[in-house]
Amino acid sequence: MPAVSPSRRQVLRLYKQLIKNANQFNDYNFREYFLRRARNTFKENKSVQDAAKLQSLFAEGQRDLGILKRQSIISQMYTFDKLVVEPLHKHGFKPST
Amino acid sequence: MTRSTSVELLSRLSRVCSLRTRSSAVTILASQLARSYSSAAAAAVKLSDDVSLETHTDIQRAAREQAKTRAAASFTSPDAASSGTSALQHAYQENTGFGTRPIYLDMQATTPTDPRVLDTMLKFYTGLYGNPHSNTHAYGWETNKEIENARDHIAKVINANSKEIIFTSGATESNNTVLKGVSRFYKKTKKHIITTRTEHKCVLEAARAMINEGFEVTFLNVDSQGLISMKELEESIRPDTCLVSIMAVNNEIGVMQPLKEIGALCREKKVHFHTDAAQAYGKIPIDVNEMNIDLLSISSHKIYGPKGIGALFVRRRPRVRLEPIISGGGQERGLRSGTLAPALVTGFGEAARLINQEYSSDIAHVSRLSKKLVDGLLSIDHTSLNGSPDHRYPGCINVSFAYVEGESLLMALRDIALSSGSACTSASLEPSYVLHALGKDDAMAHSSIRFGIGRFSTEQEVDYVIKAISERVKFLRELSPLWEMVQEGIDLNSIEWSGH
Ligand SMILES: Cc1ncc(COP(=O)(O)O)c(C=O)c1O
Repeated sequence: MPAVSPSRRQVLRLYKQLIKNANQFNDYNFREYFLRRARNTFKENKSVQDAAKLQSLFAEGQRDLGILKRQSIISQMYTFDKLVVEPLHKHGFKPST
Repeated sequence: MTRSTSVELLSRLSRVCSLRTRSSAVTILASQLARSYSSAAAAAVKLSDDVSLETHTDIQRAAREQAKTRAAASFTSPDAASSGTSALQHAYQENTGFGTRPIYLDMQATTPTDPRVLDTMLKFYTGLYGNPHSNTHAYGWETNKEIENARDHIAKVINANSKEIIFTSGATESNNTVLKGVSRFYKKTKKHIITTRTEHKCVLEAARAMINEGFEVTFLNVDSQGLISMKELEESIRPDTCLVSIMAVNNEIGVMQPLKEIGALCREKKVHFHTDAAQAYGKIPIDVNEMNIDLLSISSHKIYGPKGIGALFVRRRPRVRLEPIISGGGQERGLRSGTLAPALVTGFGEAARLINQEYSSDIAHVSRLSKKLVDGLLSIDHTSLNGSPDHRYPGCINVSFAYVEGESLLMALRDIALSSGSACTSASLEPSYVLHALGKDDAMAHSSIRFGIGRFSTEQEVDYVIKAISERVKFLRELSPLWEMVQEGIDLNSIEWSGH
């Protein structure tokens, strides 16, 4: 693939998708971790300009999105009791930033 | 329908087909097939609407049963029961509207499997089932390739060569392989092993087993901070010493030994240096070359990988020789025969790859939460941190709560999964030998609790834990006659205890 850097819109879309799929984890700790990771990774790389670097970050993000999609479904299939820090209602689908 | 009519029908059908052009018959068939398939698919979709894909695991039952057996057991010792049962009523926060599953803070016992690790492993339980040692077909090659990738990731974390990584069933097996294997290989000329008093049980027991085989073992003492003395180590090394085995990070108190100094000394004295890095691998920076480590044990389930797999680093230059404890087909350089478990190996490899990728953010996260937890806990009166405050892995925090019995505190903290020490001693009421080695008395050792923080811990959990511990320590102390005396300013050491 040629090193065409992703557009701003594509990057934003990827970020939204990552947040959305992280939010679907039924497991509290995994949900919080992947939310934190998505936010931190995008914050860290906010000012990356280099096309090749952007391209590789974008590809990595897409791979991660695939994992989140598959694993959040598994997390919804195999569920466990809620943790003592988790409210029983409104789990998972908190408004995201 | 009789047989003859059906045959007749068939032959009529074939006549019809031959009358029409072939292609149109095919289209008719295809469209009919498609229709029947799509209705089947619709049925399947309907089914999944009724039958939930979710399968819920109720862990509360196990918790209740365990609590019952524990309560029954504690009735045999009345003093433990009195504080224990009343504390149990306070084991959960009053707040309803929240879940009941405990917060997991026992990261030294094991860690949750990272979903990215599971994602890698699933392939090997579905399609990639080849034996990695089959070299005559693609099934073997594809699995083997993934295993070698995993080996690269695992080696990279400690700056080793992938050829120096041997897969085992875990750190217990790696430690046994080293202590038994190295000493047996050199038994003709060398008969002495050095280790420490604060090692994990598997090292201590393997060393004891070698005493039965005629070896002499020196168990080094540690100071009140949990650190060994370099001077004592140097004095203990003899011409017939074949192995020095000192753990990198202690599993109970999180203290880090000075690996680099030990490595330099062992290299200078030409003694093999082994370190049990089950708690250190991926958590503190380790470079086997810079630190002159000859052998190093790793466990996958301490780094968010699957349980039942680990590795042993065995240096190739200068070569370290050992006698395998498992004989067989000669896999893993002949040091550990037996077919590898590709799912476990690649899961372990992915866990190591994630360590390489996430190391700095993991450490920053763990350190931040750890500082918050330590500050919160130490702000309670009469608490102290066990082990060196400087030479430590921040994710392992061991705190003593004076005038509280550790077991009662753990019973009163059923909403937090903690341990009063290592997993093997938490089952018994025996106080920790590690804390004893630090010079703590029984009472102090009994009132200690270990907190483990990891990649998936959250700030919210830490806040909850600080609040819960503060409340319940206060509650349990109010029940304690000792605490009353302390409040009245009586020096407990001045009391003459009757009895024993
Ligand atoms: C320091 C240390 N060594 C060895 C082990 C045993 O590891 P494994 O469970 O992989 O056999 C542990 C874990 O309990 C440990 O903490």
